[in-house]
Amino acid sequence: MGFPHTPHPRETLVLSKHFGDTDARTYKGWVKRGGYEMLNQALAMEPAAIIEEVKASGLRGRGGAGFPTGLKWSFMPREKKKPHYLCVNADESEPGTFKDREIMRWTPHGLLEGTAIAAHAIQADVTYIYIRGEFTEAWDIMERALAEANAAGVFGKIKIYLHRGAGAYICGEETAMMNSIEGKRGNPRIKPPFPAAAGLFGMPTTINNVETLAAVPLILENGAAWYKGLCLSNPKSTGTKLLSVCGHVQKPGNYEVTMGFPLKDLLYDLCGGMRPGRTLKAVIPGGSSVPILNREEAESTLLDYEGCVEKGTMLGSGGVIVFDDSADLVYQIMRLARFYAHESCAQCTQCREGTAWTTKILERILAGQGKMADLDLLLDLADNMTGKTICVLSDSCAAPVVSGIKKFRNEFEAYITGNRKPVIAA
Amino acid sequence: MSAGMSMHASGTEEYQAVFTGATLERLQEILTRYPNRQAALLPALWLVQEARGWISDRNMAEVAELLGLTPAYVKGVVTFYTMYHQHPVGKNFVQVCTTSPCNICGAEDVAMAFLEHTGAKELGATSPDGNWTVIEVECLGACGFATPVMINDDFIESVTPDKVPELVRKYR
Repeated sequence: MGFPHTPHPRETLVLSKHFGDTDARTYKGWVKRGGYEMLNQALAMEPAAIIEEVKASGLRGRGGAGFPTGLKWSFMPREKKKPHYLCVNADESEPGTFKDREIMRWTPHGLLEGTAIAAHAIQADVTYIYIRGEFTEAWDIMERALAEANAAGVFGKIKIYLHRGAGAYICGEETAMMNSIEGKRGNPRIKPPFPAAAGLFGMPTTINNVETLAAVPLILENGAAWYKGLCLSNPKSTGTKLLSVCGHVQKPGNYEVTMGFPLKDLLYDLCGGMRPGRTLKAVIPGGSSVPILNREEAESTLLDYEGCVEKGTMLGSGGVIVFDDSADLVYQIMRLARFYAHESCAQCTQCREGTAWTTKILERILAGQGKMADLDLLLDLADNMTGKTICVLSDSCAAPVVSGIKKFRNEFEAYITGNRKPVIAA
Repeated sequence: MSAGMSMHASGTEEYQAVFTGATLERLQEILTRYPNRQAALLPALWLVQEARGWISDRNMAEVAELLGLTPAYVKGVVTFYTMYHQHPVGKNFVQVCTTSPCNICGAEDVAMAFLEHTGAKELGATSPDGNWTVIEVECLGACGFATPVMINDDFIESVTPDKVPELVRKYR
């Protein structure tokens, strides 16, 4: 199993401080590093006080949506009349993203500590950590860590269980995840009701991402003001972000930087730039569900929630996919469309039909049988797939298609006019 | 009927229940984690696959009976999740990630190398000796370590075509 890179001096090591240190994985090793101290303190605090501190830190959900974490917690009923649940989203499966896996592999107790603090803050009786089925190594490490922590009795009355997924991207969507835990097909639910009102087993529920919860003990330890101070650009984006960089860079991997870090520096400085003789063509900065940036846009993007929106894309989960000039974007966009078609739960017509037809049309273009009108057809389909379904899987399929045609239209046209040889069989 | 002991296959061969002894005990422990029996469905299906390598219609009926569900409902769930095998697969089940981030790093060549060296010939088909099934899988969530490959429960990072022969030798 791969070890992480030696940290770059421009990284801000908060969550990744102990990555690569096998001793930090053990209960004893974690306690030696000051672990579980914050949980002990938090268990003696009023839940509302913890929520206020997290609110003040500016922490936002790291799974993709960027919703303020403290505010999300405050939606849970203050006066508890029914069982409350916490679900930890460790179903990391957004193409380009591999950060939660690294947190679970290296600092399982950090995640468990943050989880227990959150459970106390929202008064949850039971917590399920939903780990994607393919993460066998992360599962074993988490299982061992949980057994150790339970044996030491650190969680008090809070019950934490691991729940294994079975291969379904859509279960990373919070309402689909709740259905999956309930033993159902992973179909997203219509909102409202929102999970805080009626979630898992119909009870008030909060769903948080792994990276979000791993930050919580550190916020309590160092204070909300410290976390808020970790900001290079827009004050609405605070703290650090783990960026998973993959594709055509010399040194792919997870890099932890302060919010607002320039994408250009991440690519050329931290990640060692492009391969020799190659130049940057495009970047998808927030996992495959967000619009593609061309080179000029990418080189001027600041990596925080607002900085990405300013360039017409999103920070999402922080999965940075890098394409150099050797990449065939038409083929890669087809592969992404095929991914979404494969992963659609098929509840909504726009998604079930839209993802499948988008894939078929792109395959036709790549087989040299496309027509110019296909590009408008793809855009028309994308329009019908955006903002019209129960969840955003359909929108996610449309995002790379629309931005791809807009920014790299000539590559599509080359296949249609015959200037480029077909790459797949008709 | 707790362990499905009285169930019989439609043919002459008697059905061997999965949930007996230690496996049944594991299921009973799992049931204590949830407020109802249905929620133990995904874990129960994992136990079946662990024991049998795949999940047959008869297995689904056994799970349904244990959890108070219908066989059709269980089948609906099994078919939703790609990791549950509804048919037997080779002794070694190889999943090569070929989604875009790995794709641009040469993942399709890795998949082809597995087909060539295992004799599985075709994606999704099992090799004539029954030892290998190779599939392309959508994003395994290890994009920075292209190309990740799962062989059974082992997660292997940074696989390139030249590393395939050695991996095949190791698992053969």
